[in-house]
Amino acid sequence: MIRTSRLTKRFGPVLAVDGVDLDVREGDIYGFLGANGSGKTTTVRMLLGLVLATSGEMQVLGQPMPKAARSVLPQVGALVEGPAAYGHLSGRTNLALVDAMGPGGPSRTRGSRIDDVLEQVGLADVGRRKVGAYSLGMRQRLGLAAALLRTPRLLVLDEPTNGLDPQGIREIRGLLLGLHERGTTIFLSSHLLAEVEQLCTRVGVLDRGRLVLQDELATLRAPTGRTLVRTPDVETARALLDGQVEQRFADRLLVRVPDAAALNARLVHAGVRVTELGPERWTLEQVVLAATETDQGAGRPA
Amino acid sequence: MIAVELRKMLRRPRTWVTIVLLDALPTLVAVLLALTDLGPRPGTGPAFLSAVLSDGTLFPLAALAIVLPLFLPVAVAVIAGDSIAGEAATGTLRYVLVRPVGRTRLLTAKLVSVIAFVLIAVLVVAGTAYLVGHLLLGNQPLASSVSGTSLTPQQVLERTLLSIGYVTLSMLGVAALALFLSTTTDSALAAALGALAFLIASSLLLTLDAAHALQPYLPTRYWLSFVDLFRDPILWRDVVRGVLLQAVYVGVFLAAGWANFTTKDITS
Repeated sequence: MIRTSRLTKRFGPVLAVDGVDLDVREGDIYGFLGANGSGKTTTVRMLLGLVLATSGEMQVLGQPMPKAARSVLPQVGALVEGPAAYGHLSGRTNLALVDAMGPGGPSRTRGSRIDDVLEQVGLADVGRRKVGAYSLGMRQRLGLAAALLRTPRLLVLDEPTNGLDPQGIREIRGLLLGLHERGTTIFLSSHLLAEVEQLCTRVGVLDRGRLVLQDELATLRAPTGRTLVRTPDVETARALLDGQVEQRFADRLLVRVPDAAALNARLVHAGVRVTELGPERWTLEQVVLAATETDQGAGRPA
Repeated sequence: MIAVELRKMLRRPRTWVTIVLLDALPTLVAVLLALTDLGPRPGTGPAFLSAVLSDGTLFPLAALAIVLPLFLPVAVAVIAGDSIAGEAATGTLRYVLVRPVGRTRLLTAKLVSVIAFVLIAVLVVAGTAYLVGHLLLGNQPLASSVSGTSLTPQQVLERTLLSIGYVTLSMLGVAALALFLSTTTDSALAAALGALAFLIASSLLLTLDAAHALQPYLPTRYWLSFVDLFRDPILWRDVVRGVLLQAVYVGVFLAAGWANFTTKDITS
């Protein structure tokens, strides 16, 4: 759905995006992670034809961007760096105006499509109110509604849960998962690890303009080769697993044994009561930190 | 896209407030003239104003001459300066462009909407002035030309329409400049003020004898030449020069605006 090769953007002396090879596949919920200022937004803007790449190539929905913008972008819904709307007009009027712009928004179905998306994002009751009177969360939802107006094949969302309360975040997450189930590919740019970890199937990590990691979330969150055991009989267990216990936190032991089932059998056999037991997995935070740190070491100029 | 831009312009409260304010000054002048009966002596004050006490049908032209030097350019500069920069500042520009709306198309639509604004403003000013002049000011049947001979009502109408076209073209020069500046900044205020600074500089140089060589090329040089359309016979020389000069300014600034906007990184 999105494929870039050696995508590079230079703003004067600053290399904002440096040779990025993105690969977002159909059906992905792709988490595009990176610290503030790492080049995420610039990349998103290049994908949408707002910022012109210094070098490199991009394909979105299989067509070259920005050349094929006119046929690609009507199938893409986007939320870039926060929502924006005309404050003196109502939410509905804003959506109608936005839909009337550019190709791909037939006026015949406009009214019903607007009703649909307002319902989806939970703004049905306030659609006729002026946007100037909307809260930050409501504006965010309106931005999402605008992105969904033409039932896009690809959603490009930059920090979509900004300004939402926990309840709103859960609703939006539910909405995105629903869209994904119906076949929408989602490209989610975020600096919130937890959000990406909960939602995404694939992850790319950008660090100071360079893509340092890109893989399936399940692969990244592989077992670490250690097993986490929780037991009231800490001392017995330690004696039994002599030398294999790496760390102890109160009633929890981190054991250097990859096979959780075998470890369980061994403990139970020795009469150790087990409260909890399971393989330890890398957290996304650890993976991201590791990726960005090695890059720091390798990429630092002498 | 042109229809969308027109809707946006017409639905903005600011558009109508601006037009009402534009209209207020000449109307106030008419009321004052009618109440006091103190017209400026011929040859002083805004063009035509000395004549309107006896002939109210000339008041639309007097009204245009009143708003043209400052009020109308300010309004046009504000609207045109806001066109791209204002959308950039509110963030709506990026959403318009990813719809997608081609950049050339957007610029064209903005220009058309500014032209529409100028036409509406000029027509409202002229229309109100016609009513006001008819009701409050002198109603002698024969309209007199600036040259002292008489013009038939039909001649007055034709020449008034020509004047409206000429004023619109003059304002298009301002609009093109403000539109160009609007593509260079995210601040609508900076674009509008930049355009005005250019016009003020031009007006200032027109009063300076040392700038004589520059004067035929200054954008405001021929603005008031529409008065010549009311001479008998029409004195075309300055009107034609004004049209050509504005056409050059419009062409140059639109080309610059287009070149800048279509190759620009939209980072707002």
